[in-house]
Amino acid sequence: MEGTAVLGRLVQDPTAAPAVTWQSATVERVAVETYRAKTFTLRLSEPRSFRAGQHYDVRLTAPDGYQAQRSYSVASAPDDFERIDLTVELIPDGEVSPYFHEVVEPGDVLEVRGPIGGPFTWTPDLTGPLLLLAGGSGIVPLKSILMHRDLAAPETPALLLYSARGPEDIIYRKFLDRVGRLNACVAVRCSLTRRQPPGWIGYARRVDPAMLRECVDELVRMNGGEAVPLSYACGPTGFVEAAADALLSIGVAEASIRTERFGPTQ
Amino acid sequence: MVTRGFFGRRRETPPRPIPPGQYLERGFPVLTAGPTQRVPLDQWSFVLVGADGEPLGQWNWQEFRSLPETEIHTDIHCVTKWSKLDTTWKGVTIDDLLIAAGVTDPPPYLMAFSYGGYSTNLPTWDVLEGRGMVAFEFDGQPIAAEHGGPARLVVPHLYFWKSAKWLRGIRFMPQDQPGFWEQYGYHMYGDPWKEQRYWGD
Repeated sequence: MEGTAVLGRLVQDPTAAPAVTWQSATVERVAVETYRAKTFTLRLSEPRSFRAGQHYDVRLTAPDGYQAQRSYSVASAPDDFERIDLTVELIPDGEVSPYFHEVVEPGDVLEVRGPIGGPFTWTPDLTGPLLLLAGGSGIVPLKSILMHRDLAAPETPALLLYSARGPEDIIYRKFLDRVGRLNACVAVRCSLTRRQPPGWIGYARRVDPAMLRECVDELVRMNGGEAVPLSYACGPTGFVEAAADALLSIGVAEASIRTERFGPTQ
Repeated sequence: MVTRGFFGRRRETPPRPIPPGQYLERGFPVLTAGPTQRVPLDQWSFVLVGADGEPLGQWNWQEFRSLPETEIHTDIHCVTKWSKLDTTWKGVTIDDLLIAAGVTDPPPYLMAFSYGGYSTNLPTWDVLEGRGMVAFEFDGQPIAAEHGGPARLVVPHLYFWKSAKWLRGIRFMPQDQPGFWEQYGYHMYGDPWKEQRYWGD
């Protein structure tokens, strides 16, 4: 009665559900994405299927028993669930992200558990074109959705609008270039809010209703006619608030908008 | 399992213990599954619903604000790992709402439900004896929309997803049933001191 069904997952019985237990995962690969983002490929000791958009928790333990935990979205597609890619953005005065950036190398073993998260997920049975809105490292779960779409629903049109500060902040640049260029069903739009390279022809401002109107119109054209897009907005609170409010202001139905917010905090 | 090369970079030692797996947060992060709800005060109302679906009491904003006020000073703990110390909330306790509605023996469970469709389940006992309130002020100011205003549930001894934003009402239930996040894998009870984050914890 409270309308939770709008997000479209089945009610499950938590008392009968499997526990989300801690497991060890071996770092197979460390890739530098930008000057402050690295991707860590982890091979899970107990693989579990997941949905694009979900996250894993990581737990670090010091010799004195002190522990720190953080959540990181999975960047890879669920088509391979023995491995997960976690992209970690460096927060200079943070505790866990500097450890990832300065210490973790292939062969290390980490404690993780997951997958976790429900509303901010995409599965191929959800029909309708995809409007993906990323602010900064909010691109991470949306990359998982884009990759999974490529494999599981290649006919589903998708438009990604990626807002970043400058060109050097763009994560997954090669992937996004490729997916936007090679696939007629995928459009990638970028807004660089602080620094634009010479000759930049993309957006150069924070997300607003006019920008999203253009994106929705383009998505409708790509879809070959009217359709209700499923919107996923992920990023810092300010970005997601602006994006979700802008979508509502141009008439996008609230029930079709899913959001995931993360720090920096206000 | 000790993590190679990790020694912890505790930014500050908490002045008192915080639950396991949590870190101190000075800001106030915003976490919501959908757009922020903006409910005008003249359209706001709050309802207590019995287990039979019949309303037990209903208040518009003016009526709600004429109920007895209580202020609490407390720490809050989010399942996403941050804890925030020394927050102050002002609101109407569930005890006072039940008194105003003339309810003396509420059923054992409740579902808090919100504008925008959110819901979360709690044992009724956990919101009685001053442990739960419908808050309208945070640190001396009206609660901002992104933090759940005009009014949100505050049950600080449980993970903060139980403290539903944009609260529209409470429905009592004879048996426990999962709310929004509880259907998606979050724990049915959510005691941060026992680290009951997810199913099976």
